[in-house]
Amino acid sequence: MSRHRIKDVDYDDDDFYDDDDVTADPEEQEFLQQCTTAVLQQLNAGQPSVTATKEEVQDALWHYYNDIEKSVNYLRGKREKEATKLQKSKIQPVPAYPAPSATAHFSAADFFRDCPWLNIPSHRISDILIEPLYPRLGLLGGAPESGGKLSKLAALAAARKKKEGEKAPSQPETSTPSTPKFEQPKTSSLDHPGTARSLRDRLAASGRSTPKPSESPAPLRRLATPNPNSHLTPKRPESDTKKSSASEVSESMQRMVLEAREPEPQQPVPTIQAEPSEFARVLIGAATGPTAAEPRHHLHFNSSDLLRIYGHDHAEPFDFAAPSPDDVVLNAQNTAKGMKSKSAASKSAAIKKGQSDLAGGVKDLSVEDKVTVKSKNLDVISEYKKSTRKRSANFVVIGHVDAGKSTLMGRLLADQGAIDQRTLDRYRREAEKIGKGSFALAWVLDQGSEERARGVTIDIATNQFETDKTAFTIVDAPGHRDFVPNMIAGASQADFAVLVIDSSVGKFESGLKGQTKEHALLVRSMGVQKIVVAVNKMDTVQWDHERFEEIEQQISAFLTTAGFQESNISFVPCSGVLGDNISRRTDDPHASWYTGRTLIEELETSEPYTHALEKPLRMTIGDVFRGGVQSPLSISGRIDAGSLQMGDQILIMPSGETATVRSLEVDSEPSDWAVAGQNVVLNIANIDPIHLRSGDVVCRPSSPIPTITSFTAKVLAFEHLMPMQVDVHRGRLHVPGRISKLVASLDKASGAAIKKRPKIVGPGVVARIVVEMDHAVPLEAPTRIVLRAGGSTVAAGLLE
Amino acid sequence: MRCIKNKIEHNGSGAVTLCPDEPEDMWHAYNLIRPGDILRASAIRRVTTVQDTGSTSSARVHLNLIIRVKNLDFDPQSSQLHVSGQIMNETPHTKIGQFHTLDLELNRNFTLEKEVGSDGEGIGWDSIAIESLKDAVDEGGKRRAEAIAVVMQEGLAHICFIGQFQTILKQKIEMSVPRKRQGGGDHDKGMNKFFKVTLETLLRQMEFNTSLTSGANNEAVRPVLLASPGFVASGFQKYIQSEASTTTPGLKRLLPSLVVVHSASGYTNSLSEVLQSPAVKTILADTKYARETKLMDDFLEQLRKETNKATYGPREVEYAVEQGAVGRGGGVLIVSNRLFRSQDIAERKRWVSLVDRVRDVEGGDVRILSSDHESGKRLEGLGGIAALLTFPLVEPDLDSDAE
Repeated sequence: MSRHRIKDVDYDDDDFYDDDDVTADPEEQEFLQQCTTAVLQQLNAGQPSVTATKEEVQDALWHYYNDIEKSVNYLRGKREKEATKLQKSKIQPVPAYPAPSATAHFSAADFFRDCPWLNIPSHRISDILIEPLYPRLGLLGGAPESGGKLSKLAALAAARKKKEGEKAPSQPETSTPSTPKFEQPKTSSLDHPGTARSLRDRLAASGRSTPKPSESPAPLRRLATPNPNSHLTPKRPESDTKKSSASEVSESMQRMVLEAREPEPQQPVPTIQAEPSEFARVLIGAATGPTAAEPRHHLHFNSSDLLRIYGHDHAEPFDFAAPSPDDVVLNAQNTAKGMKSKSAASKSAAIKKGQSDLAGGVKDLSVEDKVTVKSKNLDVISEYKKSTRKRSANFVVIGHVDAGKSTLMGRLLADQGAIDQRTLDRYRREAEKIGKGSFALAWVLDQGSEERARGVTIDIATNQFETDKTAFTIVDAPGHRDFVPNMIAGASQADFAVLVIDSSVGKFESGLKGQTKEHALLVRSMGVQKIVVAVNKMDTVQWDHERFEEIEQQISAFLTTAGFQESNISFVPCSGVLGDNISRRTDDPHASWYTGRTLIEELETSEPYTHALEKPLRMTIGDVFRGGVQSPLSISGRIDAGSLQMGDQILIMPSGETATVRSLEVDSEPSDWAVAGQNVVLNIANIDPIHLRSGDVVCRPSSPIPTITSFTAKVLAFEHLMPMQVDVHRGRLHVPGRISKLVASLDKASGAAIKKRPKIVGPGVVARIVVEMDHAVPLEAPTRIVLRAGGSTVAAGLLE
Repeated sequence: MRCIKNKIEHNGSGAVTLCPDEPEDMWHAYNLIRPGDILRASAIRRVTTVQDTGSTSSARVHLNLIIRVKNLDFDPQSSQLHVSGQIMNETPHTKIGQFHTLDLELNRNFTLEKEVGSDGEGIGWDSIAIESLKDAVDEGGKRRAEAIAVVMQEGLAHICFIGQFQTILKQKIEMSVPRKRQGGGDHDKGMNKFFKVTLETLLRQMEFNTSLTSGANNEAVRPVLLASPGFVASGFQKYIQSEASTTTPGLKRLLPSLVVVHSASGYTNSLSEVLQSPAVKTILADTKYARETKLMDDFLEQLRKETNKATYGPREVEYAVEQGAVGRGGGVLIVSNRLFRSQDIAERKRWVSLVDRVRDVEGGDVRILSSDHESGKRLEGLGGIAALLTFPLVEPDLDSDAE
């Protein structure tokens, strides 16, 4: 039902504008003028003298086919009827201007019934009417708080109409509300056939009636609109015609209200009257006496505006402060959905703002519920400088599979009180139940059911603990070779690394061949400078000093060749299971030879790391998940560069979709802002989750990261490189690609090309290569990338 | 593909009539038909006729059209081949010279004619064309898509059909699986959902009927290779097992054909690793694919050893052939069939003559790899052509800087 109405409204608007274009025959116009003056004269001359507007007269003339006598009679009768009717009627008939006699019937008290403080003296009434009433429109309709805005709109609409009127002087006018019921518009067949008429009369009549057929259906339909619903209609058209300007909306609303109020038969007869075209006026304009006609038209226009305004006034005002029934339903639906309560609230707020905000309100009603988050507009960097947070450091724990990385970190967390004893006991019980008692500590970090069942870390786990000086974030990386991509993701978040080495016999050697080396090379090539080597499981070799020295020798030799500086390498013998030399010194008598720092002391020696706070925002999405009822969509990751605050618009690449930061957490604590180097969880809104994948990059719409399908990189080859298929890794980003060209092999020190276009690049050689990818990937120089093929790392380097 | 009629003359001209009967035959047709050939096939053409009064009527008519091929369009996913060209025969509905695109259809004969032009216009049935025709016409009549591989990692799966001549990526499944987090069970839930979607897609792609009654027809189930790094593939296998024992017993037929293998990643790059695994080798012992993969591995091994007994790239290989290094006693020329698909006749002639020379004059081995296979793709990366040499050859610095 309401849908149909919307359509009708649109058509009406069209008709309305169409009318402007239709021009009547100038001859008719002229004849009409003559008849009108004749009728007016007769009306004035007769007893009692009666005044009528030109419109009324022309109306009557049209109905009586330009029969002057009949029109005069009709108008007289009408005036008498009005005089009696007006006394009873609560609705004021609107006098036509200039019509002094009409003013006599007009009751100012009634007119201003909703403005009790304005007791207008009767002698001033006419002044009020002559004055342009724009500022008072607000007083005349609408809710008190929305009044001001409404009147502005109404004024805008009126001004607009006036402007249109100036363009087309004889714009049709809406009906006079006072037209009595019995004045049904008559078709020519109803007319008295006996009346003698000149040919000209007939022509004029037929000519004038021509526009009618096209016109009449629409008004009839529109009048058929049931009155009680009329207050709903203003909202509906907008939901369809969102883009219509506010003025248009209010204009159409005025029309709607006006029309809805009109008794059915009151067809806006003059609407069908068309003015002469520009062309016609040029042709015969002089003969019709434009000087006389035009000013009058202007006057009519003013009066017609007033009529409209009054008509609007008479309409029963709808209190826009309250939500419309439709909105009530919509709100109820939205609140039922739970998550959208916020947007629903903003919706009802928008409605409260009144009609002027209806256009905005409609946006709220659209299918995508936009969540607006107010930004505090903080200067994040100065906030950051002011903040008294402890310095923070991220470190990644790496090493061969089963070196005891997770257990070591579980011990560290337990010792630092980041995990309570009860939970630890529970883990121990559960682990013993499945016969893996020694894994209890690792379960602190290995939360996945598969990880626990298999006793292998699969994905990185982050955890925080604090010492007196520093807030640490542990990134526990998996050691298994299949999960090196996950380890790369972890290493990309780290400031420094802890390399865990299994000191037990045979394990150290196998680890060295395995992931110990690969991991160390990877973290180095990802920019990690400092490495702490935790020689684990020393208890299994009875804290053998020689064993420790042997390991120290081998590892430090390897690490220095890998590019770590001697001063940045430190060794700690420890035992993760027992907790010796982790945060407390071992009391094992065999270990008395070690006098160095414990692991935790060694960690604290790390220097604070600086991050690119001033650069454009870059954050690689590590995980996309559902945070909870409050935050249906969350992403986590570490901010690589730049800063971020609540309410920010962010752009997700490569999907190119924007989202809004609803709220954010830094190290699991709610915060208003975050800067580079911090691990954050962003609760975001206004985006479909399908546009988010781990590995995507968050940036600002103003400085988006470019997406590329091919890049040149300077890499250190770990294995033979030739044109081949590789996997490109950068943090969580993992895409297939291929080396398309070996540009040159380079000298390690100087970077000068040794051999151009080599056929193959051997291990340990630095080369410049071109990599192509199937899909566009968000990458920009300088970025550290890792190339892997067939399950092993083949190269790592820097994007150029 | 069945060969209905073969009328190839000694000079290389002539026509063959073929009947494709399985989707992969379209791929063969794609390799056989070249621009400039004459193709005769049945077609449906919409014919619009204009009456004298100006009213138009259009009708679909069945025609037998002969066209001179201008362009080929092959869609590997749906195995459809569209051949466009100019009509050469007159019919009541078409004029000579009008363009038409023939859609070759399964089980409908088509006739392919290749001409030998005096001025080198057409090249007729050269050795490569004859060879691919032999490949295309399968006498044994038992060539099917040999295996289905599901290469997966967390939140990502590629379903590939490994055929004799091509590997078709049927579908890619990508899903965001939440990572493990403190106290969150989202990961397991996400993985379960991922498995569910993957299984549904797999069954749809292999047209597997899960209803119990269909078990009667005992149709052989092709081996399904589940490959992944870590435990994703075995998790998927477990999921299928649990589904088979609980909700869909029809899946039990599928269980014996499941093979779990290791792969380095969930991308199709790692298909070669899948195909090399011992578990798969026993299943697909002597497929073309396995042979091609082995050949490529041998080549790359030689390249890695830097013995200079392997070379790649068009100019390098041509140089090696000129030097006689690709000859008897181990010389192998490896060519991707993409090179023969070249639009440029001179280009094709260049490679055909090279192949002919190695095979007939030098006595070396020539292997033509399908560019739609994983090994072929590896070869593509090397420029589409490579050679194993009989003796180490240090080539002069070919001035390849001039791009």
